[in-house]
Amino acid sequence: MTPELAMVGLITLPLAAGIIAFVVRRVAVVLTIVVASVQIVLAGHLAHSVFYQGRLRYEVGGWGAPLGIDLYVDGLSALMLLMTALVGLAIVVYSPSYFAHPRSHHSGEYFWPLCLFLFASLNALFLAGDLFNLYVTLELLTLTAVALIGLAGTVDALAAALRYLIVAVTASLFFLLGVALLYSSYGTVDLHLLATKFQFDLPSRCSIVLIAVGLLLKTALFPLHYWLPPAHAAAPSPASALLSGLVLKSSFYVLLRLWFDVFPYADLRLVGHLLGVLGATAILWGSIQAIRQTHLKLLVAYSTVAQIGYLFLVFSLTVETTMAWSGAVLFAASHSLAKAAAFLAAGSLKYAHDSDRIDELAGAAQRQPVTIFAFAIAGVGLMGLPPSGGFLAKWMLLNSAVTSGRWGYALVMLSGGVLAAIYVFRVVAKSFENIDPIASCPVATRPISPWMQWTPLALAVASLALGVLAYLPLGLLEIGAPFSPTSGGGTP
Amino acid sequence: MTIATLYAVCGVMLFGIGFYGVVICRHLLRKVISLNLMGSGTFLVLVALAHRTPDGQPDSVPHAMVLTGLVVSVSATALALASLRRFHRETQRTELSLHAERRGTDDA
Repeated sequence: MTPELAMVGLITLPLAAGIIAFVVRRVAVVLTIVVASVQIVLAGHLAHSVFYQGRLRYEVGGWGAPLGIDLYVDGLSALMLLMTALVGLAIVVYSPSYFAHPRSHHSGEYFWPLCLFLFASLNALFLAGDLFNLYVTLELLTLTAVALIGLAGTVDALAAALRYLIVAVTASLFFLLGVALLYSSYGTVDLHLLATKFQFDLPSRCSIVLIAVGLLLKTALFPLHYWLPPAHAAAPSPASALLSGLVLKSSFYVLLRLWFDVFPYADLRLVGHLLGVLGATAILWGSIQAIRQTHLKLLVAYSTVAQIGYLFLVFSLTVETTMAWSGAVLFAASHSLAKAAAFLAAGSLKYAHDSDRIDELAGAAQRQPVTIFAFAIAGVGLMGLPPSGGFLAKWMLLNSAVTSGRWGYALVMLSGGVLAAIYVFRVVAKSFENIDPIASCPVATRPISPWMQWTPLALAVASLALGVLAYLPLGLLEIGAPFSPTSGGGTP
Repeated sequence: MTIATLYAVCGVMLFGIGFYGVVICRHLLRKVISLNLMGSGTFLVLVALAHRTPDGQPDSVPHAMVLTGLVVSVSATALALASLRRFHRETQRTELSLHAERRGTDDA
């Protein structure tokens, strides 16, 4: 199999399967699981080829850069694809038993095709080699994500989906206007051609601002995060895991790619500092809000607001070194695994208790030991304790904060870890509280299937393993990294 | 100022008016219309920019972008209207209030 075939397959396979799953409902579950497994193989193959052959570019239909659509993959895209495939498979394996819940027969039907469409648009986004393709894939992703949020069909879910739709479409239009201005100046939307032509003049500045505003809205950076907690909490848990684990990373990926590959980041110091300060505020604000929540899923959603903050520190930190850049990407990967695990674990607890109030979790550690264990391990990744991938990523960010003399960020990162510990321990401690078997009536809980117990744990353990095996993703990231001496920066 | 620049400036102004509407209007239908206004502004800018080649031939790439953008915009509007109708049917409300859905906890 050639890597080109893998690239095309990653886009067309889930897309075609999604259409089939929508029309033929009976085969949807099996089809989704099969496609998610094949996706792992394709992404793995692609990562392997990138690792040994370097960056790859595929001209779809043989048209070539100015006119045609090019697919492009380097270490960063390969890692994101691999992450999507891995987290996607875990969520897909988890979901059949979740949607077997008597109250969810409607949402389950539509979850499968939407899940496949989501994979297709994510894969296409990570493979996109030009700005317009990025716009189209971002928009596809938005529409799928809106449907996933509204899947539960409750009033809360509908309201959250509508709010997200309005925010995300506004953001897309900002992005598109920015792209239009860039095209008018340079006559191309190809990332590589843009990078070679880019000049730091007024129209380009305007387009950078427009594009950045659009992507910040979509990534929910403080103070543009207001739509995120209700949306991620109201969606069915597997959908929340997809949204928090994967969808948010996609717009961050686009910003990271443009910032360091296309825009002259050295001239954008001031904007970078602003993003860094907002990121630091997000860490503190999100963590404090997470501590204050009474519902488990809202707690996990606010934790996402906080963790997004860490990602944005990179724009302020980078001083001609890959350290902060790789740290941020590793953080994104580690957060995908840990947050998906946390949301799935929260989903299992909610499934068992029919409620996700943290107060009602007392005794959960006895009844659902595996799930609580998974939540705790995922918490280790979120806190950034060794040996998790989150720890290593934070350490890399800390290191570059210190070397660039930004002690404030180092302080914020450390206190962010402590605050994360508080909200994770709050949940875990509550679940270990004993309920007096005689005084209180036995809590009615629904049995959880093994899939729903062990998949969150597997994801959480993977987020730990990422710290131990970090040399693999970090080695992959060096291919095509913007500051790497071997690549000479940018896209080929 | 050429005609093309005039169109582009109008497009940017439409975009601005649309954005103002999205932020200020509370009625959801108005928000959706404002979104469409933002979209039309962007497309107008793109069409105006297509006039840019020196030999007077219009550039086809922005045209292709507008076509794709229109498809996306129609789909987004359809989804928005469908969700809006459903929201109205369930709640009899036409506005979102952030605090009412803060709890946002019911799933499945």
